[in-house]
Amino acid sequence: MTRILRGGPRTLLARVMIGVLSLLALGGVVVAIATFEYGRSAARQSFDRLLVGAAQDIAESISISDGAPLVDLPVSAFSLLSLAADDRIFYAVHETDGSLLTGYEGFDLRGVVQQDLTQPAFFDGRMQQEPARFVTVARPFAERAYSGRIFVTVGQTLRARSALALDLTTRALMLTGAVGIVLLVSAFLVIRSAMRPLEGLTAELSRRDPYDLTPMPTGGPAEMAVMVQAMNRFMFRLDRQVGAMKNLISDTAHQLRTPVAAIRAQAELALEDDEDNRAQRLQRMVRRTRSLGTLLDQMLSRALVIHRTENAAPKPVDLRDIALGVFESVEDDPDAQVQLSIGDQPVMVMADEISMGEAVKNMLANALRHGVAPVVIGVSGVGAHSEIWVQDAGGGPPADVLTTMGRRFERSAASKGNSAGLGLSIVRAVTEAFDGQMHMGQVAEGFRVTLTFPADTEGDAV
Amino acid sequence: MIALMLRQFALVCVGLVICLPRADAQEAVAQFTAPGATPTSELTLRSTTDIAVLSPALQAFVTLYPGIRLNYEQWGSNALYADSLGACMGDTRAADAVFSSGVHQMVDLVNRFCAEPYISGLTAGLPKARRWRDELWGVTKEAAVVIYNTDLVPLDDAPRTRFDLLDLMRRKSATYSGKIATYDIEESGLGYLFAFMDSQQATTFGGLLEGFSRVDAVATCCSAEIISGVDSGQYLLAYNVLGSYLDFASFPRVGVIYPQDYTLFLSRAYMIPKTAENPQNAALLLDFLLSGPGQAILADSNLVQRDSADETGLEQSIQRYISIDPTLLVAMDRQRRLLFEDNWRTTFDRAERP
Repeated sequence: MTRILRGGPRTLLARVMIGVLSLLALGGVVVAIATFEYGRSAARQSFDRLLVGAAQDIAESISISDGAPLVDLPVSAFSLLSLAADDRIFYAVHETDGSLLTGYEGFDLRGVVQQDLTQPAFFDGRMQQEPARFVTVARPFAERAYSGRIFVTVGQTLRARSALALDLTTRALMLTGAVGIVLLVSAFLVIRSAMRPLEGLTAELSRRDPYDLTPMPTGGPAEMAVMVQAMNRFMFRLDRQVGAMKNLISDTAHQLRTPVAAIRAQAELALEDDEDNRAQRLQRMVRRTRSLGTLLDQMLSRALVIHRTENAAPKPVDLRDIALGVFESVEDDPDAQVQLSIGDQPVMVMADEISMGEAVKNMLANALRHGVAPVVIGVSGVGAHSEIWVQDAGGGPPADVLTTMGRRFERSAASKGNSAGLGLSIVRAVTEAFDGQMHMGQVAEGFRVTLTFPADTEGDAV
Repeated sequence: MIALMLRQFALVCVGLVICLPRADAQEAVAQFTAPGATPTSELTLRSTTDIAVLSPALQAFVTLYPGIRLNYEQWGSNALYADSLGACMGDTRAADAVFSSGVHQMVDLVNRFCAEPYISGLTAGLPKARRWRDELWGVTKEAAVVIYNTDLVPLDDAPRTRFDLLDLMRRKSATYSGKIATYDIEESGLGYLFAFMDSQQATTFGGLLEGFSRVDAVATCCSAEIISGVDSGQYLLAYNVLGSYLDFASFPRVGVIYPQDYTLFLSRAYMIPKTAENPQNAALLLDFLLSGPGQAILADSNLVQRDSADETGLEQSIQRYISIDPTLLVAMDRQRRLLFEDNWRTTFDRAERP
């Protein structure tokens, strides 16, 4: 809660609480209006009953004596009215012709008599300055001596009604208020407990070392788990990229040191050596330089591949386009005897075209350098799998080399100035990035390196 | 001690200023001022209470508020009701305060919107039966008692209850014929009120009327007359006499009985008329009368019955207060009153009036 007071963006808890509070306030206003209305009508009903009870009590007390109506005013009627202790009372008993039998004067009966008085007739009025409520009941007489209706009108000021209405309203409002407070407190507790995982996450995040890229605990509600997982994926990728960068730098340092030292040694020797040997030294330097260039190309290519597999979303790729692209890049080289083996059906996978091209280029380069011509680049779709392969006519590398192939630190390859190990590591990285598998092995025609990927069946339809 | 001194002052002053009754309905007037004071405002009090009974309290009041000159007018209850109603309608000049034993008439006046509300700590402290709408307040506590001549009525005859009285009237109707007195309800508002309350309280009332008829009871007008009549032996016994008017020193042969079936208690009602010219002075007097010292002086004047059961033999359960509430309006009802008086008149028609 302290964060709410501190200014700045409001916490989620504060937002929700403000929402709940406004809802409750709105409900409270509605309830208050309803309560007030209810209190008034309840008070009116209960006191109207007293009024009509008293009026009927008086009507019952009328008798016909010597041909004239006689009112023996009952105390009970007034006791009934006295239940509204502080209210003034009006009563009047009129004969059919409107003449006053007994009670207070000054009441105009005409408006009432016209009504059908089988039911008590209520009406609001004033008793001197005070507002009051009246009721008139009629008692019909059909006697030999007297026939007609006697009207009993009873009125009462509104003090007790207003007091009761106020009392009812106040009580109901107090109850509503209490319920409101209970609701508010429980809402606060419920919302806070729902928000607690979020608070925990917030605390964890603000405590966290910015260089700490280890995954966060994925507890808490589903929505949050999604968020945390997304964050964890993001951190994992960041972690991998940072790792890749570190690797790149350390590889570069590691792999460049030896060839550069060799070139420098050749250059120094060339300076000190005889004229006769100088040409031979320069020849070696050139060879070393060229090999260094290839190494650099591959290292950059590997960095590119790793970067792309991390960052470029896989797209449907036809493996035949890859094979064709690689084939075309070496077509003009007279040293390379390369054949292409592709069908007329697209062989689709979900991958990145550039990374894939780099991988196949490296496979081809290895085959050209270490294998026996002719070299074939092929693509085939086998059921749910799509394959791209490079094959030479030789017997492949020795078995002990095969087992260590594709590791990053293929020291021997780097130190010898060739880069088969690095190339294979690129291939392996690309393969893994697109859920593929690399397989090396002897086939009838020679040694074949195959990359197998799950076929992109949706891509076929396009 | 102070109360005693005040009382002496009062007697002196009253002696000086009591005037003869004037031609209109008021029976007597008196003026109260603090000794040596020059009053700046007036307070007109119209009351049914005898001047002598109320004067100690009034003198104490003006001594406490020397700025007020209190004009006291003593009225009969029916005349006072008519006057107050007239004043309420604007026909006559209203008093600043009305203090009457005709409680039902006062309730009617309040119901007719003739009174001014007033609230103070003291009025709010009154029990429910002694206040209505904060416009009418019961100031005193006086019992309706049976009195008898102690010389002429043997102790065995003195009725402890209304049933005893009924029996007495049956057994010794010859002895008590023409010797029992009570208020004439047609002339005395208070008498009517007592009779009306009796008719509410118990069925004995019918029997009483019958008994009164058998012994040719006398219905007469005034407390003083009845009391002196009993003392002198003109009447042997009187029913429903206001106990506060009994001055034992002046009437040594009068015995008092608080009926043990139930005893009615009257609380004189005080009202400030709507058209009063000095309502603030009237409120001051009300608060004074309700205050501790005021009530003590009223008690000394016999207007507030002290709660000592050993003196009166009264249990709380048999004390019946004439509650100041709208049910008293029934007593004011025209037809009801006619019926009641018809009934009464039939009883007393044969009775000889003095």
